[in-house]
Amino acid sequence: MKFPDIKKHLRNFRVGIAGAGGLGSNCAVALARTGVGTILICDNDIIESGNLNRQYYFSIQIGLPKVEAIRDNIAIIDKEVNIITNNIELTPYNIPEIFAGCDVIVEALDLKEMKEMFIETVQKEMPRIPLITGSGLAGWGDTGSLRCRKIDETLYVCGDESTEVSDELPPLAPRVGIVANLQADKVIEVLMKKRQ
Amino acid sequence: MKILLNNREEKFDNEYLRVSELLDLKKLTFRMRIIKINGILIPKDSYSETIIRNGDNVQVLYLMSGG
Repeated sequence: MKFPDIKKHLRNFRVGIAGAGGLGSNCAVALARTGVGTILICDNDIIESGNLNRQYYFSIQIGLPKVEAIRDNIAIIDKEVNIITNNIELTPYNIPEIFAGCDVIVEALDLKEMKEMFIETVQKEMPRIPLITGSGLAGWGDTGSLRCRKIDETLYVCGDESTEVSDELPPLAPRVGIVANLQADKVIEVLMKKRQ
Repeated sequence: MKILLNNREEKFDNEYLRVSELLDLKKLTFRMRIIKINGILIPKDSYSETIIRNGDNVQVLYLMSGG
């Protein structure tokens, strides 16, 4: 299939992303470049200097809400992409409403407690929507351990499921970028199989 | 009984296992995770009453902070 046809197909879909940090910002950019028509992105953080080692932001954007900055950055790449932003803290009560209408959802949150809450809520309240989660991306090296594993038709996990970020094992651009792009690739794969 | 645990066949002497017992046996209690049995997500507050039976497909997704 030629790229213009891929882009034409992907234009019809909406992808929701929970989190606009290392996973979410890089995943959103990959999806925008590939042609996803609408990207809904939800995060309530502002950009700090420590984020710039891996997140798709620039030093002049420090202090801005991440969702505003990612909307601006994607608009510079492709102004045709429809970006819906939501600067809100996710809870089990607002997730179903915020992500209603998404064809695929990406979990790109930081803390494992938040990941657990998000996955449980989406799988319970929106059980037919494919969910692509990220788990295990800290440090460097052993990139062969980073993969996308299918749990079932509605749940996939990208990462190594074993490395956890800490002061001594920080998240760095290469492995974070790989996992973010594994998630984006799985989204594309799921959407390419869907009818418009 | 025989079950599939993350796509790998596992045998146990027990006739059935509670989810919490499986986590003890496999030394997984200290890890944060999502558990699905035959495609159904098991909330963590039901681990002690949910039964795993012969032939069940158990998937454990390990959660690591970082994103």
